[in-house]
Amino acid sequence: MTITGKVWILQDDVDTDLIIPARYLSSTKPEKLAAHCLEGICPRFPLEVAPGDLIVAGKNFGCGSSREHAPLAIKGAGISCVIARSFARIFYRNAINTGLPILECTAELSQLLTPGEELTVDLEQGLIEDRQGRRYQAMPFPPFMQQIINDGGLIEHVRKRLDLPAR
Amino acid sequence: MAGKTMVEKILARGAGREEVSPGELINVKVDLALGNDITAPVAIKEFNRLGVKEVFDPDKIALVPDHFTPNRDLAAAEQAKVLREFSRYHRIKHYYEVGRMGVEHALLPEQGLIWPGQIVIGADSHSCTYGALGAFATGVGSTDLAAAMALGEAWFRVPSTLQFIYRGVLPPWVGGKDLILYTIGQIGVEGARYRAMELCGEAVEALSMDGRLTMTNMAIEAGGKCGYIQPDRVTEEYLDGRVEHPYQPVYSDPEALYEEVYAFDVSNLEPQVAFPHSPANSRPVGEASGIEIDQVVIGSCTNGRLEDLKVAAQILQGHEVHPRVRLIVIPATQLIYRQALEEGLLEIFVKAGAAVSTPTCGPCLGGHMGVLAAGEKALATTNRNFIGRMGHPESKVYLSGPAVAAASAVTGTITHPGEVV
Repeated sequence: MTITGKVWILQDDVDTDLIIPARYLSSTKPEKLAAHCLEGICPRFPLEVAPGDLIVAGKNFGCGSSREHAPLAIKGAGISCVIARSFARIFYRNAINTGLPILECTAELSQLLTPGEELTVDLEQGLIEDRQGRRYQAMPFPPFMQQIINDGGLIEHVRKRLDLPAR
Repeated sequence: MAGKTMVEKILARGAGREEVSPGELINVKVDLALGNDITAPVAIKEFNRLGVKEVFDPDKIALVPDHFTPNRDLAAAEQAKVLREFSRYHRIKHYYEVGRMGVEHALLPEQGLIWPGQIVIGADSHSCTYGALGAFATGVGSTDLAAAMALGEAWFRVPSTLQFIYRGVLPPWVGGKDLILYTIGQIGVEGARYRAMELCGEAVEALSMDGRLTMTNMAIEAGGKCGYIQPDRVTEEYLDGRVEHPYQPVYSDPEALYEEVYAFDVSNLEPQVAFPHSPANSRPVGEASGIEIDQVVIGSCTNGRLEDLKVAAQILQGHEVHPRVRLIVIPATQLIYRQALEEGLLEIFVKAGAAVSTPTCGPCLGGHMGVLAAGEKALATTNRNFIGRMGHPESKVYLSGPAVAAASAVTGTITHPGEVV
């Protein structure tokens, strides 16, 4: 799948308290969570984010709490993919398990790109291309994780394993 | 066969394999799966979507309503109700109601649910706490918990291990919290990302189990998958009479391979304070001296255990909380609360002018029971000081151990405990 959208640039160590502050965790609804996503560091984000936009961040994205409300809030905001230099491990598995597309790319994209610029991403190939035609290669997922991604997340993956019909 | 670390051996057993190596992706059998009132409702929704009728083992699931309880509002009440009803329906053995409940990572070891060699996953990042008992324990998300409740399994990438050796004898007022804040300051918030942290050396061996649990609790703040301490006499004494389940302690081989070894001489370590907005901003308390604070919180899964309360009481005895400061003390479990009551600690707190609360995570994550307004500063024995963690995005949180927190509550500014006692 190829996606094109405008980028929101974030720096290193964006924690899950910033992605969705704990005071809003009484809800599990993505659209409710999205209304407060990243408001602490980027008040414009929940107001101006458009479906299909991408997040480009630095190192250790999603560090801190294990709250799955973080990828849910990002998904609820309509973000099509999060690209980071690296991800904190619980966020990483939560994204894979819940079907939020993520790519790990060692290039310093958060420095190289300008906020709002358009980016095209081939999710299967892990290929990222900016408006000037510069290309960046994301790290491939191990086959085991790629299978969970292909199945549409951990729940569908387990359903398949248990031979339960897809929902 | 090359030597293996404790974690590699435990994961190999869980995967039904002779041995596993760092980087391998494996499925392991889970001995205990944990959720709370924030993460379990999402997990229960996913569990129901999965369409499996029964949980894999109602005795191997723990559900603890500790974050926004006693219910802070209607929405929190509904979430806690989801947990309660699921627990009743599936006859979950380890469900703890308000009044018997505690902050999960203090509660589970105390109740004898954790033992050496176990594989524990928790839908809470501080699940890494249980490594202090020689278990492999790590935080996961709600969907992982849902799958584990159905299958009794979880997938992992086998982590490489970093070894941290702490040499020397700790000075007065320096404890597990200071060691771990210092460590995170040295290696940064992603210094142990994806890795296991083996904590050892005579300074760690000299710590009580409470102090050890504080250290492993914060492995996640360095990005670690888990933190652990190999079982020893202190572990055995803690488990004795508490754990009925048979267990087999697991140790790292002498020739085990570590990705990196850090050695610290901590004989002259000062009490540590982590400045806003990162646990890695730790500095000696002297550098924080004089910073005015509005609130002090003593509690949480990091520092709400009996030893922490004893240290705080020792400092607060005969003193009053500074007029400008709100001191909130939260014993981490009902049993700790009762022990603190029987030992007269609660009386010291109340007489000093502190607010003492029933167990809850509450203010640690800005949930309730001590949320900060814009511009306010708190000193807390909790584990995170990210932007907005305890309330308004323009509030600030400093982190310390209970000794510095109690001393600072008396003076109103961040203070070395030696100046008050």
